[in-house]
Amino acid sequence: MIQKITIATLLIGLAASVTAGSAAAQVKVGAVLSASGPASFLGDPERKTLEMYVEDINRQGGVNGQKLQLVVYDDGGDANAARTFATRLVEEDQVAAMVGGTTTGTTLAMIPVFEDAQIPFISLAGAVQIIEPVRKWVFKTPHTDRMACEKIFDDLKRRKLTTVALISGTDAFGKSMRDQCVAVAPKAGITIAHEETYGPADSEMTPQLTKIKAAAGVQAVVCAGFGQGPAIVTRNYRQLGIEYPLYQSHGVASKQFISLAGTAANGVRLPAAALLVASKLPDSDRQKPVVVGYQNIFETKTGQPVSTFGGHAYDGLMILVEAAKRAGSFDSGKLRDEIERTKAYVGTGGVVTMSPNDHLGLDLSAFRLLEIKDGDWIMIPDSAS
Amino acid sequence: MAAFLQFTFSGLTVGAVYALVAVGFTLIYNASDVVNFAQGEFVMLGGMVTIFLGYAGIPLPLAAALAVLITTMVGLALYRFGIAPARDASAVTLIIITIGASIFLRGMAEIIFDKRFHSLPALFGNDPIRIGGASILPQTVVVLASALLIVCLLWAFIGRTLYGKAVVATSSNRMAATLVGINTRTIVGTCFAISAAIGAIAGVLVTPITLTSYNVGTLLALKGFAAIMLGGIGSAMGAVVGGVLLGLFEAFAAGYLSASYKDAVAFVVILAVLFAMPQGLFGKRMVERV
Repeated sequence: MIQKITIATLLIGLAASVTAGSAAAQVKVGAVLSASGPASFLGDPERKTLEMYVEDINRQGGVNGQKLQLVVYDDGGDANAARTFATRLVEEDQVAAMVGGTTTGTTLAMIPVFEDAQIPFISLAGAVQIIEPVRKWVFKTPHTDRMACEKIFDDLKRRKLTTVALISGTDAFGKSMRDQCVAVAPKAGITIAHEETYGPADSEMTPQLTKIKAAAGVQAVVCAGFGQGPAIVTRNYRQLGIEYPLYQSHGVASKQFISLAGTAANGVRLPAAALLVASKLPDSDRQKPVVVGYQNIFETKTGQPVSTFGGHAYDGLMILVEAAKRAGSFDSGKLRDEIERTKAYVGTGGVVTMSPNDHLGLDLSAFRLLEIKDGDWIMIPDSAS
Repeated sequence: MAAFLQFTFSGLTVGAVYALVAVGFTLIYNASDVVNFAQGEFVMLGGMVTIFLGYAGIPLPLAAALAVLITTMVGLALYRFGIAPARDASAVTLIIITIGASIFLRGMAEIIFDKRFHSLPALFGNDPIRIGGASILPQTVVVLASALLIVCLLWAFIGRTLYGKAVVATSSNRMAATLVGINTRTIVGTCFAISAAIGAIAGVLVTPITLTSYNVGTLLALKGFAAIMLGGIGSAMGAVVGGVLLGLFEAFAAGYLSASYKDAVAFVVILAVLFAMPQGLFGKRMVERV
């Protein structure tokens, strides 16, 4: 009996000391990412970025004297799995904050978990619904699809093109961007004359594009989607010999899109973050040191070309770390308040200034309008057309 | 009229892909009554191995040949380590084994290669052939021609060679085939190898059109399976016709109705055909003689 009690006491003591030891030295930061599955081209660079920079921060002594411990789960792009992992992060891992949620679908599934637990949640997904209406504990770093629509429409107006056709993917990203474009079109003075959709796994879009080609009055085509779909749209577009300007979204802002679409990508315009054209930015640009730095580190460490998606993860982590430094602790309430007070943070996505009404903090200047030419991006200055 | 022609070309493009995938199903089914759901992964491997060997600096024609060889090995391995040990099990069990193999291969491809989409250059470039206001890619013609060529070769193999006759014998009665001295294990193994090779060739040829990544196999296998059900399971010609028809249904549904309904329309048509002809368009009527 006595022996049993002794062992039990010992075990409890041991357990307590282990917990206490790690709690003093480490703060857990959670991340649920779609590192595999259909959205892996987003989640994979995000994961690598977070791992790389958490290691880097710890090497420099951590934050407020505490080391960060990154807890990553891979949801495979599945919203149900994401929600389960979110619950595990809150209940089992007891994270101080969360940077992640690769897709809009997984993010929306996880929001209630973090709202209930009152833990700051910085999402890396695109859709504007994540921060509108503003939720107390939810922030995000990537530009919204509404901003992408506005940026495209701005350029259309400069080129005196006002009637467009819209083709969008039936996935969450495509649907959301389609809705936003339709919503902001009247204000921007753009008429959407014709609409088509495609399935995210389709390998042929010529029937839809044939209808767009035949539609009356169309002056330009906007494609809302991410993944390989827009690449096939672009190829089929050239195959059919459609002459109108073609716009893609920030969802395809990676070199991979150019390599998939091949020469068909020539002349395609799209809004994207400064990161894509890091080396081409003028030296006067505030973002230049940040984006060039991130690009160099990411490309040397992973051997892969940089994409804006990893940049969103970088911004999320840095906004969190800077907020924690200002708050002096990882207390969830103080941390949240400080994230909301983020001001003039220069990141890869743009210059972020948040407020109680704006949990994104980016304006249209964060987007650069790019045109693809001979396998590379060229910047279209805001004033020219 | 130009629109109609374009929808037809679009249907042919997608249909040619389905047809080439579907043909791979027939041989294994003929030899062993197994629908091999890892067929889509053979297609994926054909494309992905070619691409990654290409990245490693091997000229593409050689890379494609190596990819077909490697995939054939994978097909043999699937038979040797998956199907052969369970050869006394029912066809349903074997089908479930192939589903397991497909998940395994997909997982391995995700680890060995990567999770991105990749493409291969088309054999005859990307300049479309324009006919009557519509356009078709040369690669589509290549894929269709290859599907037909493979069907002819299969037909010659099954109908005109002793080895092919042994496949037929194995399929109709394995016990009797063994009794007349046919090594049925070798026969079924060979069929897995040939099917894998057909899948890999399909993968190399369709990648310029569909693009590829580690997980394209699932959808291709599903569409290929729908095509063989429509065309009549076990018939190579049926697989091609079924695949092309499925592609055409989808294209016309996307063109004349809405892209959102194209899969639904295609499957409703398949159901309607199967109600009228349960054995599919080219399938042999099942007769049990007692």
